[in-house]
Order: sequence, then C-alpha cells, then structure tokens
Amino acid sequence: MSQEKGTGRVKRGMAEMLKGGVIMDVVNVEQAKIAEDAGAVAVMALERVPADIRAQGGVARMSDPDMIQMIQAAVSIPVMAKARIGHFVEAQVLQSLDVDFIDESEVLTPADYKNHIDKWNFTIPFVCGATNLGEALRRINEGAAMIRSKGEAGTGDVSNAMQHMRQINGEIRRLSSLREDELYVEAKELQAPYELVKEVAEKGKLPVVLFTAGGIATPADAALMMSMGADGVFIGSGIFKSGNPAQRAAACVRATTFWDDPKIIADASRGLGEAMVGINVADLPAPHRLAERGW
Amino acid sequence: MKVGVLALQGDVREHISALVACGVYPTPVRRRQELDAVQALVIPGGESTTIAHLAQLFDLMEPVRNRIARGMPVFGSCAGMILLAENILGAKAGQKGFGGLDISVRRNAFGRQVDSFESEIPFADGSRELVRAVFIRAPWVEKIGQGIEVLAEIDSHPVAVRSRSILATSFHPELTGDHRIHSYFIEEVARTALQEVQ
Repeated sequence: MSQEKGTGRVKRGMAEMLKGGVIMDVVNVEQAKIAEDAGAVAVMALERVPADIRAQGGVARMSDPDMIQMIQAAVSIPVMAKARIGHFVEAQVLQSLDVDFIDESEVLTPADYKNHIDKWNFTIPFVCGATNLGEALRRINEGAAMIRSKGEAGTGDVSNAMQHMRQINGEIRRLSSLREDELYVEAKELQAPYELVKEVAEKGKLPVVLFTAGGIATPADAALMMSMGADGVFIGSGIFKSGNPAQRAAACVRATTFWDDPKIIADASRGLGEAMVGINVADLPAPHRLAERGW
Repeated sequence: MKVGVLALQGDVREHISALVACGVYPTPVRRRQELDAVQALVIPGGESTTIAHLAQLFDLMEPVRNRIARGMPVFGSCAGMILLAENILGAKAGQKGFGGLDISVRRNAFGRQVDSFESEIPFADGSRELVRAVFIRAPWVEKIGQGIEVLAEIDSHPVAVRSRSILATSFHPELTGDHRIHSYFIEEVARTALQEVQ
C-alpha cells in the first residue's frame, strides 16, 4: 500500500479544508492561542504584522524558526508562514520546520524580481497573491495550491482587495462566455497557459481555492469578501492592531460563516472597541504599495 | 431522504456535489431550524476546533448531539470523524464534539501537512475494489468500543468505522470524485437506520 505525499490533490485538498474560515496573522504564542480560541482555521506566524512592516520599513524576511516552532507547539490548528517572493531557500527552511502552508508573500521584500518559487518542488502547499486572473493562473501553473487577493496589507483599507476580487471573478465570468476557439487568444492576453484557461472557462471557477487578503479590519469587511465569492479570508493587522483582539477575532469568524445574515453581522459588530486606525491606500506613495509586487 | 451538510466551515461544497451525484438533494445546515428539517447529516472536513466553536456559539452543539443520540444517521469525514468521537486525543484543552460514536480518535495522528498523503485502500462495503483515500492532517482511531465495525485500516489503525447509524472516515472521499462511500452512507447506513426507526 504505497502512500503518495505532496500530490496536487493532497495540497489543494488542504486548502479546501480551510474554506469558510479565517486565517489570522500572529506574532507570538499568546496571540496564536487567542486566534485558536476565537475559531481561526489557521494562523500565519510572522515577526511583524504588515502594519508594523510598513511603519518600520527595512527589508522584511522569513520569521525566526524558534518563533514558528513555539507557535506550532502552542496550537493544534494549522500553522502557516511567509517566504519572500522567489526565495526558495526560505521556503525549504519553512518546509523543514513542518509548517502546514507557505505564503509566498509580497508583504515581505521580494528576493527575486523575475521568478517566483517553483512550488511543484515542494511537499507542502503554497498560497500566492494575485490581483487578476492572469496572475492567479501563472501562480497556479507554478504550483500554488491556493490563491488570495493581494489587497493592501497593513492598511485596514479593503478597497484593493475588493478590486482584486471583482477583477478575478469578472474575468472568470467573461471566460465562461467565450467560444472555445476564442480561448487561444485569451490565453495569450492573460499570459497564462492554455490548459488552465480552458479549465477555468469550463468550470467557471479557479482550480484552487480563492481567499481574500489585505485591509480586512471588521466583521462586515470579512462578510463583504465572502459575498464577493471568496472561499475564506486572511486577516493580518486588523485583529491584533485593534482595541480588543479576542472579541474582534471571534466576531470576524462569526461574520465569515454567516456572511449572508446582516443580523448576525450586526451582533458580531457590537461593542468591539477601536478598529485599527488604518491608512487610505490612495495616500500611500506608489513604491510602498505591496499589490504591485509580483507579476 | 432529506440530507443536510453541516455548513459552518470546511469542504461543504465537495460533500454537496458527492451527495447530489448519489441522487439526494442535500441542504446546508447552519441553523437550528435547518437541522430540524433534515433526516440525516454529513459533517464535512475542515478544522474541528473551528466547527466545534461555531456549533457552540450558534446553539447547534446540543441539538446535533441530541439528534445523533436519538438515531439520526450521520457521516463525518476527517474533522467530522473527530467531532463524532466520544473521546478526542491530542486536542486543545476542553475541546468537545458532538459525540455518538464510541471511539477514541487521535487528532493529526499521521503528522502535519508534510505527512499528508493519498493511497489506495480496501474498504469493507462488499466490493473488492480499492478506494482512493486522501488523508490531510488526518486523525486515526486509537480505540473502539462495543458495536463498532472497522471498515478500513492503515498500518492496523482503523481509518473508517461505523456503528448502527454513524459512519466516520479519517480520509476525504468527497475529494476524489468517486462517490462510493457517500453512496454506502446513503444506501447502507442512513436508509437502514431510518427504516428501523419507522
């Protein structure tokens, strides 16, 4: 009885299990436990949340292995970690630490401005950011088992995440309306492999799970993303940069499950204290916009 | 037969497609009245701690537990198996599920995601064909109580078990496109259990 590890089905299946859930950024054991108690489906272990990376500047890199392992020991839910775009050695290190998912993330400073990591070479699954369908399909072609919108992490402004979700889903709807012989040119336009373009046109959805990330700060933000067709949400700075993290985390989990029930979202939104202050994406100078990292 | 799929979190969509392929028309269950409207329930794969947390929060924990105790047919895969076990090992302190199945289950027994795998294994539903089983941070059954039948094993650890009205698998039959195990649940487990009640 042979056991095949790291197959496409095993990697994509892992992402399927996270559907309908909230993945939370945490920087220490205490936060990881708060996230687990609040009902997070997974935690993203990192040294600085995006809001701090923005504030402090400098090169942002993979987290300290000690910190990741302390979080793994403290919670029973999956633990994810971020590697820089194209930094396949950071990814190998994270795999050797047995993290459950790697985020090849534009929130960290890219290591390679041309190539992303060849994700087929790994046993553990990867999630990558995308702003449009072509970018999503290029990442899937490189082996990503999950796609998320890029949003504008660390701002508390959902407008970019919203735009990416509309863009990706709009392009998928358009593909489904094309004749088969039009898909060849479409593949060229999208700069994506024809086989993937054809698969998306037939199924009307990406072949992997689509989450949303970037700027989500309230239960209503999470519900908005779910109603835009997200399979789940990542919340980065929004929880632990707010007044009452435990309560806000639980509220976002509730709103994600009952995204179509405004009464429950209203209840979840009551008395949460201060949300993260936030930055308007329009006020960010273009070189500091993370969504423009990756290609 | 009205079958529900517990839709608090997890791979609900895949279970719904598998059930549709078996000729039943499943409904998602997130609320008490939706639970009351179904005769059988599927508990999907996902994060067992999250599903338990949401079930508790939205007053589904006791109602589901009571329905199961009164004989409602249930099928749980992976997280679903954990939530149906009377005893959960390797869990977060105080983690409780719906129970109903007299087994001890170990969470993440095969390891973390690097150790997740797929394999062809025998499944004791009378067919000689192997089933493709996908194990993702999967549990296994460490101890079984009276009246529990083992339907599949890996390295002598039970990975599919049933009692009279409850079926549970460590793996994810909903991910393979082969609907044999869903059909076994509907035809052998649920129909038989519901007929006995009537």
